[in-house]
Amino acid sequence: MFELSELWPPIRLTLTLAAIATVTLLIVGTPIAWWLARSKAKWKEAVATVVALPLVLPPTVIGFYLLIFLGPNGPGGAIAGLWGGRTLAFTFEALILGSVLYSMPFVVQPIRNAFEAFGERPLEAAATLRATPWNTFWTVAVPLARPGFMTGAVLGFAHTVGEFGVVLMIGGNIPGQTKVLSIAIYDYVETLRWAQAHILAGGMLIFAFVVILSMLVLEKRIGKLKQ
Amino acid sequence: MTVWNRFAGLASAVALSIALLPGAQAADVNIAVAANFTDAVKEIGTAWEKTSGLKAVFSFGATGALFTQISQGAPFEVFLSADQATVTKAGAEGHAVASTQYTYAIGKLVLFSKNKDAVKGEQTLKDAKFDKISIAAPNAAPYGAAAVETMKALGVYEKLRPKIVEGQNITQAYQFVETGNAEVGFIALSQIVTNTDGSRWLVDQKYYTPIKQDAVLTKKGESAAAARDFLAFLRGPEAKAVKEKFGYAAD
Repeated sequence: MFELSELWPPIRLTLTLAAIATVTLLIVGTPIAWWLARSKAKWKEAVATVVALPLVLPPTVIGFYLLIFLGPNGPGGAIAGLWGGRTLAFTFEALILGSVLYSMPFVVQPIRNAFEAFGERPLEAAATLRATPWNTFWTVAVPLARPGFMTGAVLGFAHTVGEFGVVLMIGGNIPGQTKVLSIAIYDYVETLRWAQAHILAGGMLIFAFVVILSMLVLEKRIGKLKQ
Repeated sequence: MTVWNRFAGLASAVALSIALLPGAQAADVNIAVAANFTDAVKEIGTAWEKTSGLKAVFSFGATGALFTQISQGAPFEVFLSADQATVTKAGAEGHAVASTQYTYAIGKLVLFSKNKDAVKGEQTLKDAKFDKISIAAPNAAPYGAAAVETMKALGVYEKLRPKIVEGQNITQAYQFVETGNAEVGFIALSQIVTNTDGSRWLVDQKYYTPIKQDAVLTKKGESAAAARDFLAFLRGPEAKAVKEKFGYAAD
């Protein structure tokens, strides 16, 4: 048979990747969501469209562009040159970048919805109480939008865990570096080691169920917020 | 309602124009082909279509992946593997007709770089003056296994290990080299036989087990005349010339 311990490295790697990607997504996505919710700019929907592109694009498109972007003839190669490298592909950092791009709409959209849900009034009220915009944002907007943040975080995390195509194209299947869960499952199926594939795939199934269930519960809370 | 009508009209117009696109001809034989044999089999296929008047459709992938699909009832009538073991296994497990198995080509492994000074024989592997070396997944692709065998025979495997990146099949291994993300890579000679750029080392046969590539009829193709005809053609002189052109030895 096989050692159960061989299943652990891809799980650990995937959880680490998803955790880092989720934090990054919240940091990058929140200002974007805030701007999309509050701005009166006519072209803001164009920005929203760019953010939402990964919903429609096949992962292979993003993977293909990333492979060129990260490679020696792209900006990634120039950055890697700073420490004597040639390419940023095949690295854990490349997977973070890919995951952040690919999961962005799943984080920005719920947060934007939550920001829009409570309308202008709480913010105006805070302003009349002489709160600075910065203060208002942290003490009024963020707490009110909490269900949106939680949905975004759950979806961003889950989507990164479930990512396959982008990683397949820029990862290079390096154990402990880029061999994430979905790739490990693909590998096990391809090489007919179905016992391992069953354990990992079954685990993913349970994980996905829990994620979607918790998301539906959160959605209900956002619904209440709107009333 | 009018919007819906307009949409329905548009949808049927799109569907109709897609149906009228060229290339919709039905296949007479569906063939699963190990990725390394891609270019050669396309040429052989064209020649076969000309003589037989039939249509062949190819699906390319890593041998392991194709086997998994065939074992689950994929609609292939012929299987061109990159090794012998997988075909033997397919026969033993009843997914293929064991009596039709034969070696259609012997593949050659080559170390390749786009840089014309990068590859200078086996010394290149010993010096290891590169950041990344790409190979096909050794568990699923015989050329990947041969690459590992070669590195082990030269005693450089442990040293090179941190630099290895894996493509899911030999095509992706080549693509990593072609995009420059890996400076060197172990690939199939057939992939670069028409390419005169870069530098290469035709790996010495003593370092790896000969890559005997076997073909077989699948269970699905057992009674398909077109599939049998293609297999026979693959053995013939016309196919042999194509194989040699792409750097394969014919058995």
